[in-house]
Amino acid sequence: MTDNTMTDTDDLKTHLLVAIEASASLDALEAVRVDALGKQGRVTQLLKTMGALSPEERQTRGPAIHGLREAVTNAIAARKAHLEQVALDAQLASEALDMTLPADAPLSGTVHPVSQVMDELAEIFADLGFAVASGPEMETDWHNFGALNIPETHPARAMHDTFYLAGRENSDPNDRETPRVLRTHTSPVQIRTMLANTPPIRIIAPGRTYRSDSDATHTPMFHQVEGLVIDKGITLGHLKWTLETFLKAFFERDDIVLRLRPSYFPFTEPSAEVDVGYSIVKGKRVIGGSEGWMEVLGSGMVHPKVIAACGLDPDEWQGFAFGCGIDRLAMLKYGMDDLRPFFDGDIRWLKHYGFSALDVPTLSGGVGMPA
Amino acid sequence: MKFTLSWLKDHLDTDASLDAILDALTRIGLEVEGVTDPAAKLDGFTVARVLSAERHPQADKLQVLSVDAGDGPLQVVCGAPNARAGLVGVFGKPGAAVPANGMVLKVAAIRGVESNGMMCSTRELELGDDHDGIIELPEDAPVGTSFADYAGLGDPVIEVSVTPNKQDCMGVHGIARDLAAAGLGTLIAPTVPQVAGEGAGPDVRIEDAAGCPAFFAQEVRGLTNGAAPEWMAKRLRAIGQKPISALVDITNYLTVDLGRPLHVYDKAKLSGGLVARQARDGETVEALNGKTYTLSEGMTLIADDVAVHDIGGIMGGAHSGVSEATTEVVIECAYFTPEVIARTGQKLGLTSDARQRFERGVDPAFLDDGLAIATFLVLEYCGGTASGVTRAGEAPLGTRSYAYDPARAETLGGLAVAPERQRAILEALGFAVDDQWNVTPPTWRRDVDGTADLVEEVIRIEGIDKVAPVPLPRVPGVARPTATPEQRIERRTRRAAAARGLDEAVTWSFLSEKQVAPFGEAAWRLANPISEELKVMRPSLLPGLLSAAERNLRQGVESVRLFEIGRRYLPEGERATLGIVLAGDRRARGWREGKPAGFDAYDAKAEALALLAAAGAPVDNLQVMGEAGAAFHPGRSGTLRLGPKTVLAAFGAVHPAVMKAFDLGGQVAAVELYLDAIPAKRGAGFMRPAYAPPALQPVRRDFAFLVPADVSADALVRAVKGADKVVITRARVFDVFTGTGVAEGHKSVAVEVVLQPAEKSFTEAELKAIADKVVAAAAKQGAQLRG
Repeated sequence: MTDNTMTDTDDLKTHLLVAIEASASLDALEAVRVDALGKQGRVTQLLKTMGALSPEERQTRGPAIHGLREAVTNAIAARKAHLEQVALDAQLASEALDMTLPADAPLSGTVHPVSQVMDELAEIFADLGFAVASGPEMETDWHNFGALNIPETHPARAMHDTFYLAGRENSDPNDRETPRVLRTHTSPVQIRTMLANTPPIRIIAPGRTYRSDSDATHTPMFHQVEGLVIDKGITLGHLKWTLETFLKAFFERDDIVLRLRPSYFPFTEPSAEVDVGYSIVKGKRVIGGSEGWMEVLGSGMVHPKVIAACGLDPDEWQGFAFGCGIDRLAMLKYGMDDLRPFFDGDIRWLKHYGFSALDVPTLSGGVGMPA
Repeated sequence: MKFTLSWLKDHLDTDASLDAILDALTRIGLEVEGVTDPAAKLDGFTVARVLSAERHPQADKLQVLSVDAGDGPLQVVCGAPNARAGLVGVFGKPGAAVPANGMVLKVAAIRGVESNGMMCSTRELELGDDHDGIIELPEDAPVGTSFADYAGLGDPVIEVSVTPNKQDCMGVHGIARDLAAAGLGTLIAPTVPQVAGEGAGPDVRIEDAAGCPAFFAQEVRGLTNGAAPEWMAKRLRAIGQKPISALVDITNYLTVDLGRPLHVYDKAKLSGGLVARQARDGETVEALNGKTYTLSEGMTLIADDVAVHDIGGIMGGAHSGVSEATTEVVIECAYFTPEVIARTGQKLGLTSDARQRFERGVDPAFLDDGLAIATFLVLEYCGGTASGVTRAGEAPLGTRSYAYDPARAETLGGLAVAPERQRAILEALGFAVDDQWNVTPPTWRRDVDGTADLVEEVIRIEGIDKVAPVPLPRVPGVARPTATPEQRIERRTRRAAAARGLDEAVTWSFLSEKQVAPFGEAAWRLANPISEELKVMRPSLLPGLLSAAERNLRQGVESVRLFEIGRRYLPEGERATLGIVLAGDRRARGWREGKPAGFDAYDAKAEALALLAAAGAPVDNLQVMGEAGAAFHPGRSGTLRLGPKTVLAAFGAVHPAVMKAFDLGGQVAAVELYLDAIPAKRGAGFMRPAYAPPALQPVRRDFAFLVPADVSADALVRAVKGADKVVITRARVFDVFTGTGVAEGHKSVAVEVVLQPAEKSFTEAELKAIADKVVAAAAKQGAQLRG
């Protein structure tokens, strides 16, 4: 009897384990589980017989029956895990997509080179203690010319190709309130700054300027940056250092060589035009070195008459001013060779020469953006 | 200002090389704009003798020459009728380029006979108009020498840019003076001849002393106005002037040589004496350039008893101009007031070599000498006899002096220059310097006005390149932002716009009337626009961007997202503005989204709000109202306002009529952000309020309302929010529906309301009470809770 029973248990175990292994689906496996471990299951029935056994019988048969239950339970769990894995694998396999299909194109806008360069200038000059000033583009004759020592009959006016505002052509040139011209340079901001502030003054003033001129290298609207320092004891030497420091920082080159040439602006005395040296690299002019010279800005010591026109004592205060084309700076630094597309709004050009929103010029991260 | 090297050397005794002179010119402020060497284009042309001339076997009009150009006989085919044995002419060898047409000569067969070059005409060498035959040089011209050398054509032409202050350098003599001061040689004073005039001078007088304070004149009678001497004609040609006749050329020559413009009248064409007087409004004169000018009061002219003969100091009149028939002339040497010349020239839009000089101011002390030199040259080259000189008026010498401190060279110019050196420089330039350093500028430097000008003269001659850079001292104290709050708003919105996928454009501040028309009346126009396209100051940034959008779409760009930060120009002034135009595809067609989609008013609204948020505007408090303007679709646009009056932005779909005017199709949306209206954040320190998150979870409740169609979502949401301002922290529309199940003239609007409990959770009764308040508040807007 004992042997028999033992044999029955072993047989049942073998039978059930085979059935479990043969279950091809979770449903089939569940049927096997019910058949073995359900309320009426064969293993359950065997367990129920344990109560009726004598202690001796229990000792001999007990481990076998419990062993059977454990083996079957484990086998079912293992089989279930396997079948679930297979099912998941199959599901995932069925869900496969073509990962080479395109994702949504990112939206990437651009900052115009002129704006970028203006930000670069603000950063470089902030380091030298210059604030950023601005003034109106529709300017009074007095601010644009008169206060800058350019009276109406001055021959220098001929160089300015001024746009006049309709209805204002014959107005009083000494009117300091109502605009008469489109500013021909950013220099009137010097006047406004000196009138509104007490020295010491250090400012730059970038902005739009206008001259009635249109050819391959001139547009009727362009951008300039003005610089002004008014303090005590400022000389041409300070001007030279400031321009050198600025251009070296702007082009990120130590080999920037400046050449000052005496020139004439009615609002500075002495006046100098500033050439910067360039080298020829692969047929292109690159700033730095001194193989040739190109004019980049005009400058000089602020004329005593201009200082006086702003209500300051020219015997006490003196300083320098300079003006520089921003569009041209951008072209020299970033390699555009034509000015006219600057103002076309051609998206292809803007995408090509524009800058990312994240290209914020900083002293620590660089004031120039590598190509 | 152009002159030749030999011309300069008439005034400057120097052995400096051309390069040294060019260098010095630029260094002292006379920027060299160009140098041309006419000899260069005659490279390869030599003096040659024709040894023999035979008829060409195949052509009647050609000859076969044997030419000796220094290296033995060469066979040359020539068609010139004057080619003959013994002639000495100019030979171009193979490889030389013919100046007139750029053709490079080569060995070639002409009608079967080899030709090894060309005998040239004056026209081919651009030396004249003669093309009837080849050049004939004197018998003794040295065969084999370069023709340019032989003919003395190797005189480099130098062009310098003369700044408006340098009146003296409008003449070769003044340039020589500057060079001499800079150490390039010794100035040669002009020779002033003594002209013995006979009898009284011509009848000239002054009525307008303000415009013409001095009018000197002399007559020459019995002259012959032939061609100018070749040396003079050659120099004028070299600087690009066409020789006309001896009389005209003499005045042109002196204008350049000494910066002394003169005018010569044909006496036979004058009726009575000449008077310098103010023009009367409407008087006309045909000038020497063939154009007729209408003069007006304030201009100074020279007239006789019946007609105007000269726009004083600018251009002579055609009627009394000299010709080959002229035998009797009045030579005028006057001083015109620079301001009057400038104003007259500007008004007439007329420039001339004379104006350029009178406007800067000619030397007021050089009238007598200038006239004597002119008369001498006329007598020399035209013959005749001179009258005495009439001197009407007196030129203002403008004598003044300045107390100069030589230390200023260093304290202003940044360059220490020894006082004695400074004195030497100033004296070389013609300034008088006394022992107390009172400096008197020369009569030819009316621009010098104050000691800063004296510093400039010293520095310019000593060498501005010697000024050493000196670091600006650092500004004491802590670094603060150097940009103003307004500038920071511009920067933030710019970078935010670019980060949102918008491309920044810079478009013209002025546009055409047509472009501006839909955007309201333009307040400002240009009196002298460069074209009709660039005439009206823009009252809005949108027309420029719409035009750019149209160009981009036409060029095949699929999606246009453009923005610009700039000013619009209003009657009261200019205002910082950001404009956006969205056109083309908002989204390209794609495998996920299907068809492409266009931009609508809500895209514009999203941009407006995002950029206002970037600018730091209180976007949660903004009201959406109407009146975006005529450029927008009236039903699909709005304004964002801070309070009822402060408009921060206008946005919406662009009006179909405007789209049509700009040739735009599809859907176009636009935004205008009024940057100047955004309140700038004023710093209240860096410290932020303490972080205090609510202890309890918020509760969400949804309400679906049936709302009359004309009630705005904003009105409903505001009402809902207002139902309990403490508990309701947020309310937003999450669904809008019309159609089946919704009554005609109504819409279904679903609102999500977020309730924030304070210390303890809401009870059911409290929630019910809040819900009732929400429904009641909505009901005031005509909304009914849907069942």
